[in-house]
Amino acid sequence: MSKKLLLKDAHIEGIRYFETYRKQGGYTAAEKALKMTPDEILEEVKASGLRGRGGAGFPTGMKWSFLAKPEGVPRHLVVNADESEPGTFKDRYLMEFLPHVLIEGMLISSFCLGSNVSYIYIRGEYSWIPDILEEAIEEAKAAGFLGKNILGTGFDCEIYVQRGGGAYICGEETALLESLEGKRGNPRLKPPFPAVKGLWERPTVVNNVESIAAVVPIIDIGGAEYAKIGVGRSTGTKLISACGNINKPGVYEIDMTITVEEFIYSDEYCGGIPNGKRLKACIPGGSSVPIVPANLLLKTVNGEPRYMNYESLADGGFATGTMMGSGGFIVLDEDQCVVEHTMTLARFYNHESCGQCTPCREGTGWMYKILKKIENGQGKMEDIDLLWDIQRKIEGNTICPLGDAAAWPVAAAIRHFRDEFEWHVKKPELCLTQNYGLANYADPIPAPSV
Amino acid sequence: MSETIAFKPESLAQVHKIIARYPEGRQKSALLPVLHLAQKEFGGWLDVPVMDYVAGLLDIQPIEVYEVATFYTMFNMKPVGKYVLEVCRTGPCMVCGSEKILNHIRTKLNIKDGETTEDGMFTLKPAECLGACGYAPMMQLGKFYHENLTIEKVDEILDLCRQGQVALD
Repeated sequence: MSKKLLLKDAHIEGIRYFETYRKQGGYTAAEKALKMTPDEILEEVKASGLRGRGGAGFPTGMKWSFLAKPEGVPRHLVVNADESEPGTFKDRYLMEFLPHVLIEGMLISSFCLGSNVSYIYIRGEYSWIPDILEEAIEEAKAAGFLGKNILGTGFDCEIYVQRGGGAYICGEETALLESLEGKRGNPRLKPPFPAVKGLWERPTVVNNVESIAAVVPIIDIGGAEYAKIGVGRSTGTKLISACGNINKPGVYEIDMTITVEEFIYSDEYCGGIPNGKRLKACIPGGSSVPIVPANLLLKTVNGEPRYMNYESLADGGFATGTMMGSGGFIVLDEDQCVVEHTMTLARFYNHESCGQCTPCREGTGWMYKILKKIENGQGKMEDIDLLWDIQRKIEGNTICPLGDAAAWPVAAAIRHFRDEFEWHVKKPELCLTQNYGLANYADPIPAPSV
Repeated sequence: MSETIAFKPESLAQVHKIIARYPEGRQKSALLPVLHLAQKEFGGWLDVPVMDYVAGLLDIQPIEVYEVATFYTMFNMKPVGKYVLEVCRTGPCMVCGSEKILNHIRTKLNIKDGETTEDGMFTLKPAECLGACGYAPMMQLGKFYHENLTIEKVDEILDLCRQGQVALD
């Protein structure tokens, strides 16, 4: 059984409220942190090896150490709760059921970074969650953990919640800051990075909800102990939101030592695939990371078991591997059509492109139209090569990573499922009534051993 | 600016509370929260006089409001029904049958995507990922999510809407 740090008390009734959270030891990490110096906290976060849980996986301690500290200029912590990546719903769980973990993590992080006013930017559609967060903030304030002169330390901290307006691009940190400033969510050119010029041109750290929540157990048990959990550079625990064709969709906390096979088939996690269907493919880290067929998902190209951690999932690069990303784990069974699935993702990225960069604005729409044609049995063989060509011209050619996020699903789908794309073109009538399934599948998919 | 457009006193107090979250001179940061309030109070959509009113409140140019309001999908630029059915159809929801749910609603209400029923009761808006992938298929109605939908559950929700028994806020 995986060690639980963030969700250890999630089963306790009323844990959403301060009193219950406090009884379970809540805010003791904050009390401990407020007796440390900001540099000591930073060293603990660095020692923990925590990597940003929003998808990029950049070391959090290193990111914090980049924060500029000019005299007399306020600094800010902004929590990225814009969670809009298809397949990803873990931050919602944390905020909805364990809001005080986030608030406590923000208090510690704000103290470390010297932020007296911190913000939670939450996607607008999660419209009931700001009430939960604001209630938790008020409770923490009433107990002396927020506001002026917190616990007599002289440190002041206010936390505010800001709702977005419905735009996936606002999950990109600079677009988020633009949006928080009351503008369209157009990503900024970097440099300057937010650590130097962020919110209102002030030094700013933008971190994912799960990353900031993880600061609580890091201070609680110490960075070195946190780093002992997990494996290699995949330290600590990771929340995985599992969905698609599985028996037990939901949010799971893993310690990154389990195999992908265990995660999909064991009762502790996804509980296998409904109706005894066979696994066809999976997108393990949110819709933007490459889809992988079952044979490459369960084992690496060298025949080693694939593990649920950053390094193992990425083993082999994009040719045979994928990414941990945000941990949005989407499982597809043998009845799913990869072309249709890729088309819906292309439609998503086209819809969510901010339109600032031509390759993304034009390319995402073009890919969607071609995929729709192929899915509807009106495609030509050269359309598949054209799709490949378009995604290559988007990747790496835009201001922000949305271009890459739009290109990678298409590239991986063609790379691994080209036969299925060709079948759609060759059998236009058939593809409207049937799915390709696992026909002519390159390798036999192993039966689960768990 | 139309003189008839004005927030209720309690909403105006809320606007001032929101503005106070930001440093002096950065009141434009309040734009999204204030637009949410305006949409809720002024009939579920943002027409030009409402946006001009918001611009005046925040002491910014009307164009700054228009460009933001039209960028974000949650702001309606034309009138909508009392109940806006936002059905997610991306990736995981598609895998779990969102298209069947959408087709059922289209047929039952005899409307296409983006349209409103003649009685002004329902507007259908397919949505691109609402972060409920583990509880798919789903739809958002006002402030709340309705998850693990089936055709029967959708019918029940629509009936309850007609009876005014579905909470939006």
